[in-house]
Amino acid sequence: MAFNYDKYLRLEKMPTLWCWGCGDGVILKAFVRAIDKLGINKDDVCVVSGIGCSGRFSSYIDFNTVHTTHGRTVAFATGIKLANPDKYVICVAGDGDALAIGGNHTIHGCRRNIDITMIMINNFIYGLTNSQTSPTTPQGMWTVSQKAGNIDPTFNATDLAIASGASFVARETMIDPKKLEKTLVKAIEHKGFSFIDVMSNCHINLGRKNKMASAMENLEWIDGITIPKKKYDELSPEEQLNKFPTGILKEDTEAKEYCEMYAEIIKVHQGERKTITQNDFAKKI
Amino acid sequence: MGTREVISSGNELSALAAKDAGCRFFGGYPITPSSEIMHEMSDLMPEVGGACIQMEDEIAGVAAAIGAGMSGVRTMTATSGPGISLKAENLGLAQMTEVPLVVVNVMRGGPSTGLPTRVSQGDVRQAKNPSHGDYRSITLCAGNLEECYTEVVRAFNLADRFMQPVFVLTDETIGHMHGKAMLPTEEEVRAGIVPRKTFDGAPEDYRPYGVGSDEAAVLNPMFKGYRYHFTGLHHDAMGFPTEEIETCRKLIQRLEDKVMAHRDEIELNEEFMLDDLTGAEGEVLIIAYGSVSLAAKESIRHLRAAGIKAGLFRPITLWPSPAESIKKYTDKIKNVLCVELNIRQYTEEVERVSGRLDIQGLYKVNGRAISPYEIVNKVKEVF
Repeated sequence: MAFNYDKYLRLEKMPTLWCWGCGDGVILKAFVRAIDKLGINKDDVCVVSGIGCSGRFSSYIDFNTVHTTHGRTVAFATGIKLANPDKYVICVAGDGDALAIGGNHTIHGCRRNIDITMIMINNFIYGLTNSQTSPTTPQGMWTVSQKAGNIDPTFNATDLAIASGASFVARETMIDPKKLEKTLVKAIEHKGFSFIDVMSNCHINLGRKNKMASAMENLEWIDGITIPKKKYDELSPEEQLNKFPTGILKEDTEAKEYCEMYAEIIKVHQGERKTITQNDFAKKI
Repeated sequence: MGTREVISSGNELSALAAKDAGCRFFGGYPITPSSEIMHEMSDLMPEVGGACIQMEDEIAGVAAAIGAGMSGVRTMTATSGPGISLKAENLGLAQMTEVPLVVVNVMRGGPSTGLPTRVSQGDVRQAKNPSHGDYRSITLCAGNLEECYTEVVRAFNLADRFMQPVFVLTDETIGHMHGKAMLPTEEEVRAGIVPRKTFDGAPEDYRPYGVGSDEAAVLNPMFKGYRYHFTGLHHDAMGFPTEEIETCRKLIQRLEDKVMAHRDEIELNEEFMLDDLTGAEGEVLIIAYGSVSLAAKESIRHLRAAGIKAGLFRPITLWPSPAESIKKYTDKIKNVLCVELNIRQYTEEVERVSGRLDIQGLYKVNGRAISPYEIVNKVKEVF
């Protein structure tokens, strides 16, 4: 039986303002199915989005929703989560949001390992504002701010998230929505900061000037640069250079979650335990 | 004046006031001379089951506080001028989404890094419009240790009444001043708490932003079955983005009117030794606020001992300015002296509301406090 999305959508806000063939809608549907699969009550979910095409994500779904300032999703979400530790807080950000203007918040959200799920919709470009270079734009591609070709090195978002301490890190593409849905289920279930780089198309503002003017051409390009992690690990360093591994790249269930540790802080201040020491953590330095 | 005697500092009292007023979340970032507020909150919040978090930067500090406020919790951040500069964008979001928040600014010398450990009132103009666009800032200014407490309490109630950020300006002098303060009891403060309005009808009848033309939004806490949308974009009655002409106009006009039509609920002044000023030749009206008013009061005692009839008008609410109250005195008294630890930031407001361009001023921007004698000498020099 086909999945009925109506319960989760703000149907009166349709159609979305996303372009025909945009991947954002596919990702939105995968997210809704993941929430449904987990059986989470709509009232217990808060979706926090940033600025850009992905910023509109929150307005189309019937949860507690917040459309914040550019790049600050994780910072707002941290306040919401810490004040409501038993609720589900989801960030939806673009590549510009998460890696450029909000890079610092992404790093520190990962480092705190606070139980937030961050979905970074990565379309390799600033789409809403007409094709400026983003931190994930491949070098050599045309952008409206680098018409001779982008010379800025490309950011690998999952490497950043892993290095920053996120306890769940994954990459998926919107080409395989079923797999994306499964990974989202695991990410939301995971206790700790979950970061998912979801590669998506922007054939309008990335594709047209880079020889992939249709959604299909743009998706074929994404398909070509991604490879399942298991196969990626078998590649030589030279072969790995132009590929991004997909699937779950890190899953650490031992790392302490921030709100749980804050509950211990409360215990200290309320006289239920003495203090917190290095022995409370697996990693001492 | 209250009955609870404490020995404390201005910054510690600001934190204590927040806790007593029901604040349960603090998001901040270290900055001189306000850091002690966060230090205190890191103890006080977990004691009462709340949370205090030091974020990665000033921007995140206020964002986390606003996030908690969106979810329904009484929330605060504290900083100094450079921090406000960084927080400005998100303060605009809180104005636009009508999220209550208390922002304590312990002022230091500016612009830029300025004089981090020294006193100033250089952020008075900034407090009026820290972020872009049209909205009305509510700014209170503590003038002594007690008010570091009472004005923070008042700020929480005003924030929930008007559903927007409320600034409390203190400064390095009173923030770090240590001494005896007489406070209202915790029970008295608790009895005075007026929480934000909520809607308890059917969710389908709920219109968080669909309120009267001079009313504040009615924002229910999250996770309680009233799902709506927050956005910094112009928005409709449910909070969803819109560009519909009348909706956009009404929204921004309402942000103006919800404050300006109810200024009487916000205005608070101290009138010191003004009773016997009749408008006779030679009388002096001093206008000062914040820590400077302590020196101004002392100077008035000296001036009176020297035969000069002087009095102080001290706005405790700086924005919106107490226009009629200021005008009442500037219409009556010819010799007016504004004393500020900045260059004319509030004098320009006094000029505007009084319609007079002969207001005298004593200004100091070297990070040092103004002494009573400087005020006495200035009065003798200019009048």
